[in-house]
Amino acid sequence: MLNPINLAFKNAKKEKRPALLTYTVAGDSSKKQSLEILKAISNYADILEVGVPHNTPVADGGQIQTSAYRSIKNGIKMNDIFKIVSDFKKSKNSKPVIFMGYYNMIFQYGENNFLKKCKKSGVNGLIVVDLPWPENKIFSKKCKKNSINFIQLLSPTTSNKRLKSITKDSHDMIYYISMLSTTGGKLKVSPKKILANYNKIKKINPNKNCVIGFGITEKTISKFKNTDGLVVGSQICKEITRSLNNRQNPVINVSKIVSKLRKKIS
Amino acid sequence: MKVKKGIPVIDQGDRLGFWGGKFGGNFVPETLKKPIEDLEIQFNKLKNDKNFIKERDNYFENWIGTPTRFIKLNNLTKHVGGAQIWSKVVSDANGGAHKIYNATVHCLLAKRSGKKVIIGDTGAGYAGKMLSMAAKKFGLKCKIFMGAKDIKRQQPNVKAMKKNGADVIPVYSGSQTLVDAVSECMRYWVANCDTTAMCVGSTVGPAIFVRICGWSTSQISRELKDQLINEFGEVPKKLKLYNCVGGGSSSFGFWNEFMDYSKKQVEFIGVEAGGPKNSKKHAAPLTYGSKIGILHGAAQYVNQNSDGQIEETESISAGLDYPGVSPLHCFLKDTKRARYTAASDEEALKAYQIVTKYENLRPSLEPSHAFSVAIKEAKKLSKDTIVIINSCGDAYKDRGILEKKLGKKYVKSN
Ligand SMILES: Cc1ncc(COP(=O)(O)O)c(C=O)c1O
Repeated sequence: MLNPINLAFKNAKKEKRPALLTYTVAGDSSKKQSLEILKAISNYADILEVGVPHNTPVADGGQIQTSAYRSIKNGIKMNDIFKIVSDFKKSKNSKPVIFMGYYNMIFQYGENNFLKKCKKSGVNGLIVVDLPWPENKIFSKKCKKNSINFIQLLSPTTSNKRLKSITKDSHDMIYYISMLSTTGGKLKVSPKKILANYNKIKKINPNKNCVIGFGITEKTISKFKNTDGLVVGSQICKEITRSLNNRQNPVINVSKIVSKLRKKIS
Repeated sequence: MKVKKGIPVIDQGDRLGFWGGKFGGNFVPETLKKPIEDLEIQFNKLKNDKNFIKERDNYFENWIGTPTRFIKLNNLTKHVGGAQIWSKVVSDANGGAHKIYNATVHCLLAKRSGKKVIIGDTGAGYAGKMLSMAAKKFGLKCKIFMGAKDIKRQQPNVKAMKKNGADVIPVYSGSQTLVDAVSECMRYWVANCDTTAMCVGSTVGPAIFVRICGWSTSQISRELKDQLINEFGEVPKKLKLYNCVGGGSSSFGFWNEFMDYSKKQVEFIGVEAGGPKNSKKHAAPLTYGSKIGILHGAAQYVNQNSDGQIEETESISAGLDYPGVSPLHCFLKDTKRARYTAASDEEALKAYQIVTKYENLRPSLEPSHAFSVAIKEAKKLSKDTIVIINSCGDAYKDRGILEKKLGKKYVKSN
């Protein structure tokens, strides 16, 4: 049986387009609203990354920090985040969910407890920003045992030797960070260069679904149509902030953006 | 868990950079793996390279000014009436604090690796001031990240940084103090690590930064050991070394050379910032039993809630106002080689008043925490016990706070 993440890529491939992955922060701007946002963007996105907010994020730029602080300030707890996912999973057109966060949250919950809870609430994959390879070897094996995808990250600074080792230890999906940047940076590398690196990774193992993230927005997304998947995060978080500032409904505005993104790659 | 003898503590981490199997490590984004590995290779080679050591010592001697004084505080000793109280006046060093050792070494490394820009975090402003001095000396561009709250309360050091040509970048996120400055600095490095070197201002951060910083500040105890032997003909039989602990760079450097002595002979006492007397907030994770968590790339005891969110701290001393602490100190705590306790804001201020009343010495608020505990304990100790406090910073930077809290007369000599 294909796991839901693999299936999502397969479906996108059938339609000859990259999978669309969105990133929103759990609890932004409230528990209820973030659930509504997930439900709304499910109509257009293939896989939903759900950010687990942390207050000392070492890899996130301004927009995602703003979302995370907003959510933490509203009192979001780890168990609320699991609840958001399990509620989302009960909705009729739910999509695969990937948690993206920092290791301390998992460490404090206890790795085993965390994975148990992930399974129970329907989390399909994990991206742990500050648990690189080889430090993540043991944990990623645990994930696999629990049928949870541990998603390895690769970056432009990753050496060829590391690319090979990491790809070998990866599960169904890998995440290529397009450039040296925190999240939310402007694309400062040419798409051509990014795609060259992407192709290098695909050559190592064509069967792994490789997504590109960082710097992907409405403006840039159509340049990467020939890939397995694309992640848009900061633009969505920024839209939530903008909507709140203008007293508009973030749910409507965000789903408009995601629908546009989807059109650009279809 | 044990401290091994004959091996520098900075080199006692395992293959993945963990001390005692659980403190430290490299919890960093993939992007930083390569620059960190490059720095590790460079440092591991250079720390055994005679020419590099010579270069370092040359700058330490002729630019930083070594050795810093080791003096007896006769009046304070008489006033307290117990152990002999001495001080290692590390604030004699160029710039006025121990942060200059780490800053200098990082600039030497950056220079050798061909980097043109160096970035750093700062709380009290000393780490930033020193990095800006060293960067200027070695012709590097410099950017300093500093919490907006700290910019307000440590103006003299901010002015110094700017005068040295550094960009001071205010950080408005979170509590707007050191913890946020370090996060922002690391984020900047993630985005610019191909052209830019990073200096972490204390023995914190990914393992390599802990090691470089500890290696650099160990100059303090190398000097002290010689000075002790000059003064007493030997390392005294009953020696107690008091030092404030924020990230832990001055304390580690103050103790390193004495690591292999029994703790009965050379005891290490680390003093954390207990915060205001009536506040629940503090910056003393070792003293108040905080749990192990991950902060800024390393596992350590850190103030956090049950979910793993880092908690806000509070301390009158910007330099100690940090929720975590060096993995080296977590290791020294769990192996019981060092003992940790805390002093409150009020106690530190009181100690500052006592020291300045009896001695011609003006410890900044950070070492005033150490003085507070040392004075209390020295009372009960025998006359042949040698108590030494590392006076690792000068109070000039704190004049605004001191004036507000204690009145004008405590700052007039500035
Ligand atoms: C004078 C002084 N002492 C102590 C500290 C605390 O840092 P550490 O514990 O690394 O020595 C600082 C930090 O800014 C400082 O400026």
